Amino acid sequence: MAKRTDIKKIMVIGSGPIVIGQAAEFDYSGTQACLALKNEGYQVVLINSNPATIMTDTLIADKVYLEPLTLEAAKRVIYKERPDAILGTLGGQTGLNLTVELAKSGILKQFNVEILGTSLEAINKASDRELFKELMNKIDEPMAESFEIETIQEAISAANKIGYPVVVRPFYTLGGTGGGFAKNDQELTEIAKSGISVSPIHKCLVEKSLSGYKEIEYEVMRDNKDNAIVVCGMENVDPVGIHTGDSIVVAPLQTLTDRENQMLRDVSLKIIRALKICGGCNVQFALDPKSFKYYIIEVNPRVSRSSALASKATGYPIAEISAKLAVGLTLDEIINPITKVSYSCFEPSIDYVVIKYPRFPFDKFPLADRRLTTQMKATGEVMAIGTNFEEAFLKAVRSLENKVDSLELDEVKNLTIPELEKYLTDKDYQQMFAIAELIKRGIDIKHIHELTMIDIFFLQKIEHIVKLQNQVNKDNLNPTNLKIWKKYGLSDSYLARKLNIDQLKIEKYRKDNKIVPVYKMVDTCSGEFESKTPYYYSTYQVENESKPFNEKSIIVLGSGPIRIGQGVEFDYATVHCILTLKEAKYKAIVINNNPETVSTDFAISDKLYFEPLTIEDVMHVVELEKPLGVIVQFGGQTAINLADELVKRGVKILGSDLDAIDDASNRDRFEKLMEKIEIPTPKGASAFTYDQARQIANKIGFPCVIRPSYVLGGRAMQIVSNNEELELYMQTAIKEISHNSPVLIDKYILGKEVEIDAISDGKDVYIPGIMSQVEKAGVHSGDSTSIYPPSGLSQKVKDTIVNYTIKIGREFRLIGLFNIQFDVEKDTDKVYVIEVNPRSSRTIPYLSKATNTRMCKIATLAILGNSLAKQGYKSGLKEEIKDKYFVKHPSFSFSKIRSVDTTLGPEMKSTGESLGVDTSLNKAMAKAFLGTGVSLPLSSNVLITVADKDKSEVLEIAKRFFNIGYGIYATKGTAKFLKENGLIVSDARKVSDTSSNNVDVLELIRTKKVTYVVNTQFFEDDTSSKDGFLIRRVAWENGIFCMTCLDTVNALLDVLEEKSYSISPLKED
Amino acid sequence: MTRYLLLEDGSIFEGESFGGKVKKEISEIVFNTGLTGYQEVISDPSYFNQMVVFTNPMIGNYGINRDDFEAIKPYMDGVICNNLEDYPSNFRSQLSLDEFLKRNDIPGLKNIDTRMLVLKIREHGSMKAIFVDNKEDIQHGFEIIKNSSYRHDHTLQVMTKRTYEIPSLGKRVVVMDFGCKLNIVQSLVKRGCSLIVVPGNTSYEEILSYSPDGILISNGPGDPKDNKEAIDNIAKLIETDIPIFGICLGHQLICLASKADTYKMKFGHRGANQPVVDLETGRTLITSQNHSYAVNESSLKDTDLEVSFINLNDKTIEGVKSKKYPVFSVQFHPEAAAGPHDANILWEKFMKMIDNKERY
Repeated sequence: MAKRTDIKKIMVIGSGPIVIGQAAEFDYSGTQACLALKNEGYQVVLINSNPATIMTDTLIADKVYLEPLTLEAAKRVIYKERPDAILGTLGGQTGLNLTVELAKSGILKQFNVEILGTSLEAINKASDRELFKELMNKIDEPMAESFEIETIQEAISAANKIGYPVVVRPFYTLGGTGGGFAKNDQELTEIAKSGISVSPIHKCLVEKSLSGYKEIEYEVMRDNKDNAIVVCGMENVDPVGIHTGDSIVVAPLQTLTDRENQMLRDVSLKIIRALKICGGCNVQFALDPKSFKYYIIEVNPRVSRSSALASKATGYPIAEISAKLAVGLTLDEIINPITKVSYSCFEPSIDYVVIKYPRFPFDKFPLADRRLTTQMKATGEVMAIGTNFEEAFLKAVRSLENKVDSLELDEVKNLTIPELEKYLTDKDYQQMFAIAELIKRGIDIKHIHELTMIDIFFLQKIEHIVKLQNQVNKDNLNPTNLKIWKKYGLSDSYLARKLNIDQLKIEKYRKDNKIVPVYKMVDTCSGEFESKTPYYYSTYQVENESKPFNEKSIIVLGSGPIRIGQGVEFDYATVHCILTLKEAKYKAIVINNNPETVSTDFAISDKLYFEPLTIEDVMHVVELEKPLGVIVQFGGQTAINLADELVKRGVKILGSDLDAIDDASNRDRFEKLMEKIEIPTPKGASAFTYDQARQIANKIGFPCVIRPSYVLGGRAMQIVSNNEELELYMQTAIKEISHNSPVLIDKYILGKEVEIDAISDGKDVYIPGIMSQVEKAGVHSGDSTSIYPPSGLSQKVKDTIVNYTIKIGREFRLIGLFNIQFDVEKDTDKVYVIEVNPRSSRTIPYLSKATNTRMCKIATLAILGNSLAKQGYKSGLKEEIKDKYFVKHPSFSFSKIRSVDTTLGPEMKSTGESLGVDTSLNKAMAKAFLGTGVSLPLSSNVLITVADKDKSEVLEIAKRFFNIGYGIYATKGTAKFLKENGLIVSDARKVSDTSSNNVDVLELIRTKKVTYVVNTQFFEDDTSSKDGFLIRRVAWENGIFCMTCLDTVNALLDVLEEKSYSISPLKED
Repeated sequence: MTRYLLLEDGSIFEGESFGGKVKKEISEIVFNTGLTGYQEVISDPSYFNQMVVFTNPMIGNYGINRDDFEAIKPYMDGVICNNLEDYPSNFRSQLSLDEFLKRNDIPGLKNIDTRMLVLKIREHGSMKAIFVDNKEDIQHGFEIIKNSSYRHDHTLQVMTKRTYEIPSLGKRVVVMDFGCKLNIVQSLVKRGCSLIVVPGNTSYEEILSYSPDGILISNGPGDPKDNKEAIDNIAKLIETDIPIFGICLGHQLICLASKADTYKMKFGHRGANQPVVDLETGRTLITSQNHSYAVNESSLKDTDLEVSFINLNDKTIEGVKSKKYPVFSVQFHPEAAAGPHDANILWEKFMKMIDNKERY
């Protein structure tokens, strides 16, 4: 079949802001697909609200609409652009849902827009549980049966239909409490009873228990000619019960015989054919480890996180091929882009082991529920490739950047065996390390198998690693052993620590004995065809396939797994650096380990090394490639943290050098230099005792910001205005103060937070723009609503900011990108510098897009020695855009991670962001809210419950809500205060308040009577803090926008007021 | 224990031994890219006199079970892998691969850079190879390689020695066994056929004496041209108008019997991911394959045969059908094992042909 010529313009829907479960993988697949469509000669119109992506670059699509992914906005784009077709299977669930909504709205029919790829009918059939069940029934494929029940009798009859054991899952409970396994009627009666009572809607799901089943996935492709293939079969190390996004996944299949594999392959193809999918699709199975019995868990009729993983694991670009299939090409006519001699209608064979390890946010959320369930909690993942399981596993572990380079984790070292076993029964996210510790203590893996149901095969691998780790001591250090240790993935850093010698020494010993890794190619075909893919992984084998470049080359370090604080923005910067290096005729080599990203698409760089970002793994590449230098400033903290060790090994850092980096990062050096160049920074110090804290506070003066260095939950930071508040805070909020956990006290500057990103060549400093933040100091800039052009800054302040920025660029000898956070004091307009980041920042893609400046390109060229002057840029601020506003609003994934306090503070909590662009600030702000899923109804209700200190400020807010016709609910104290001030308020009862008959706040939220919740934190007493916590949690879990910073509320009100009519009586003279 | 692999091109791979003892004769070294199914591969008689390099770096994971054999005993010469998994895990596993190879005295070699070896084979083509266990034997090993040439009695070594019957009430199919895989037999049994399995070199007269409704010509090892007698028999059988289905070697023999020609490929196709285009439907099947020889396309010109399947990648002939007789054959394995079941449909075609005497 040939390519469609009757369509010219195709609209692609992106996936919007990054949230847990829908992350950078859609930037990768979306980018690939858009480029594929462009290359086939189609005009591509993209709608996506996420500015942090490569996909939303004007290089990728012909027209990019950075608009919220709402029906309204999408309709407007269709109306304006009149595309011939729409492709919605590349933007995750968001893209699919929007496509379905658009179809339902009738606009597609009205303007003759065809849905490309998988049909709407197929999407519905795969996504709707009931329809899917029906289809599976029809084609005679088994699904685990489940029934919704409301009574014990119903539960028992359901269980008897399904057969024991069953799982009971109460609907809408916090942390999935109240459910459990039942093996017989008696157990079920008990569990169902508690489940029904804890569920707020008194409903449970009774489901066949597949506990202990293997979880197996297939990535399949089908074209309209009905050719269908399996790209990759993958096996979850964790059995059914943990979301596959949270599971350790290995490819190829490890414990399945060909018979099991072919059985499931057949079913996968049967399903994709029955659904008539066109493109990629993911099929998940539960397979009984003791028979051929299997159940279909689910099917995703689109590209997904798993398809991104499968693409990187095999080299087969699923998204690119899917896009081509959508426009009518067939698998048998698309050349395999890897081998360039075979076709895409084949099944990749791999001659290595791939392991995906999820990256969890629990380092940021220490109080969160760390138990893994069917609800995904990982923010990102790493992938590692090796020749054996052990090697790949350990490479994955050290790619995580969790401060672990082996299977020895400090956290579990001193636990008792029962405590360790609890990690296993809880399915704690660190359970692999607990397993290793248990094995180390002599616990039989059979026992571990009983507790975890993890296949013995994998447990043996862990056991093998533990055995090797135990071997490591000075007496055993000899070339033969070292060769074995390296072959199975033990890192130099681990060996050095275990042997108690310097890592440089172990490196030297290793190299002296010629124990160095070689690089093998990822070629989709296990070597059967000659390929020229520039995609390599290291392994301790014999033949090296990666020939260093003869031309001048540069290594760019990527940013590793997506985590809170280091998201896809850094991949954006990395990719742009790579593209610029290529344009400048350097060979661009990238090292990264994140399978979800564009930078690890082998088509982007001249050579991709899929490796952990540790000094050891990076040096192996450096020593082979001998590049001109390494660029560390685009890969976030991951890359820049390696600068020190790289320099120690004589590697040249291109761009801002180590000295400059240290000047910015080391607090002492930073303050000294700032003092020298006479730029004010807020005073602050660390206190190690209560007394010291008091002294410091009094020395720097109130108000000050006080916070423990180790932030527990959200109740950490507080602004205190006098000694009493300080005492109160110290007594209630600070559990511990010691040398290991000091309390940080900084002068609080009441005012505006402002941020810049700039480019310096050491002489000139070019500033594309200043961004101002809506939220006051104290909220992490990553969680703030950011505005460009900045609002409310005087020319004088702007001049000062520019002046300081240029000074800092020069004095810090920065070359390339840097970012500065400022505080502008409210009444004095005095500008303070909070911090200088000598690297690319989170706001780079946002500012690049807002100011239409290719910042990473200019920076990369500056790094390469092209001065800003030569590039045509002068020191100073770029002329501000006048006719448009750009507002960036954070998106959070709180509903996915239980027990996290959602109050915003100095620790970043957001996972992504959405951009709103329009001609006025309020319109842009409105879109930014809409883009993150906040609704803006003209009339609704708001729940207000705030701390005493915020009451006067909240009065204004309540009045504004009242004036636009919003109903106001408030809890006791707040209500009393508002009523006293003449507002009409409905009372709501807090959870802890059992005396009144007023409506329960939580009920108010659950029934969605309110659209917004305004809640500020009480640190005074425990009950209100628990109440507040519950309110915030329940709000997020029910999709109600809960604001914990009053500045956000004011910004929201600005938007709502502009949308509403105002009413007022005629004035009498 | 150290073991060396010596190749015709002079290369030496040093690894560790497992399984059985080294042989004193040469083997042909080939590689298989399948991700699952080592048990089926190892027990496939078509690998007679060959050493197989597995590209999957971990082999032995799920052990060896009772059911997944393709022959009652393995005939191959050696297993070469990167990591041999000593502790298999699968509910059907009965013994480890190592143990199995020891019992069958098939030598293994592990802990070598298998990808390096595969790339070598890809460059040089399949080669003569031999294992030696002592450094001192290397010289001698190379001499054996130099002085030996491949044998020509492959099929004779693996075909059934005597005729046997698998009776049922269905259609009678004579299986000409040249090293037939069990799954071919099972595929016919599954479809209710009554089988008479005869040695591949059984005479035309004897085959006809069983009054078959259909004839299956099996897979088997070696150069198809080594089976002169069988080729003559098949030529005569084709003309009887009895439906005939040839698989792999069977396909090559049908082509040779029809006066087409075969040639040896550089390193053949071995694995479970070969895309094959069905020229009738235009659809691509992912197939299981194991062959060193292929039919020369131009040689089909003056025969009764026409091409029915081609390989999507290298466009080699993957199947033919007769324009005159109810005869068809494929280079790949519709019985799969190991590998995908996409080509299963061919069994239905064969059954239909037998039932209706339809032309394919």
